[in-house]
Amino acid sequence: MDKLIKRSDLTKYIKDGDTLLVGGFGLSGTPFTLIDELAALDKKNLTVVSNNLGEKDKGLGILLHTGCLKKAVGSYFTSNRDAVKAWSKGELEIELVPQGTLAERIRCGGAGIAGFYTKTAAGTKLAEGKEEKVFDGETYILERAIKGDVSLIKALKADTKGNLIYDHTGRNFNPAMAAAGEIVIAEVDEIVEAGELDPFEITTPHVYVDYLVMNNYVKIGGKYVVPTGAN
Amino acid sequence: MSQQERIKIAKRIAKELPDGASINLGVGIPTLIPDYLGDKKVDLHSENGLLGMGPTPAEEDINMDLISASKKPITMDKGASLFDSADSFVMIRGGHIDVAVMGALQIDQYGEIANWAIPGKDILGVGGAMDLVAGAKRIIIASMHQAKDGTPKLVDKLNFPSSGNGRADMLVTEHAVFKFTANGAELVEQLSDLSIETLKEITGATFTYKDPVKK
Repeated sequence: MDKLIKRSDLTKYIKDGDTLLVGGFGLSGTPFTLIDELAALDKKNLTVVSNNLGEKDKGLGILLHTGCLKKAVGSYFTSNRDAVKAWSKGELEIELVPQGTLAERIRCGGAGIAGFYTKTAAGTKLAEGKEEKVFDGETYILERAIKGDVSLIKALKADTKGNLIYDHTGRNFNPAMAAAGEIVIAEVDEIVEAGELDPFEITTPHVYVDYLVMNNYVKIGGKYVVPTGAN
Repeated sequence: MSQQERIKIAKRIAKELPDGASINLGVGIPTLIPDYLGDKKVDLHSENGLLGMGPTPAEEDINMDLISASKKPITMDKGASLFDSADSFVMIRGGHIDVAVMGALQIDQYGEIANWAIPGKDILGVGGAMDLVAGAKRIIIASMHQAKDGTPKLVDKLNFPSSGNGRADMLVTEHAVFKFTANGAELVEQLSDLSIETLKEITGATFTYKDPVKK
């Protein structure tokens, strides 16, 4: 199990100014333990790429109280009042990206593709400053790939080699982020021996995953809650 | 707008959805549609990674890693499939979703949609709206005829920010059904007792119709 590290090791892999890709949609498929650890570190000027910044005081939302964030890249920030407040006070830069474009930019980042042309957002405010090109009579805009210095992702289960499976819609941005990060740390609920996961089920092959961290939360009533007495 | 009027819109759109189609439903009125499908079976697509979304689970079956795009707990229908966000938008952008039903802040006479930002307000959310406008095979707008302040939703020209070059095929309000073509909006059905003259007064775009209009 040489991929298993302690959550307290996180500090070694993240530098000031890094771009972090963080999995999750709302609070589903979110690496809560890694986010808690990150919030406790004194990192600065981080850019976080994630669909949304969690919710108020939950998931990535807690980072808005630590001063570690410089910029957020995602599709939906309106539902977190703290994010809106930080942005309006000039404390947080926001890059708004349509959800499908965000997913594809990250996928390209991991796939060795520099960019792509898409119809999404062509002719809108979000296309301002982007190259336009007409293909077969329709206007497309150029979108660049996104890569991360570190990806913090969440899976349900790993094997000792780092193969991952996900819980239902907890998959979301996690597989694409597993490929697009220079260093990839996956938080999991359980680690089994290599060979115990059905190869037909494995969604993220181990080649993308550098480290595993055990989830500090337990799921009760369908929600991750911190176990009593845990740190 | 009364719940009755919302249901009227949902019922009318339910009639438009072909049996066996893959459908993406936006927030608001579109979420009422599954209750009015009768014997038709459709596959509901949720952009966070599920095709074959089922109803709300019983309290004891809730798993917050099985949620809708509105972040509510859901179940899976028989034959459902799970996938990641990149694949989910391959379905949307690539034209594999048969119908997207969504709300709108405004829609112009040619079916251009504004449904993500209000002028003068902070623009901090877009979600999957623009991807759906760009990629769904058919777009139906479910909306009240007028905004809360009484201004019409169907207008000659958008003054809210556009959601893209994709066009709606149909608009269903509590009063009427409009179809959109390159020639503009056509009133194809009336859903209330308003006269056509009154309908013209409360609509911000010119529209054509063939007399008599279906009721």
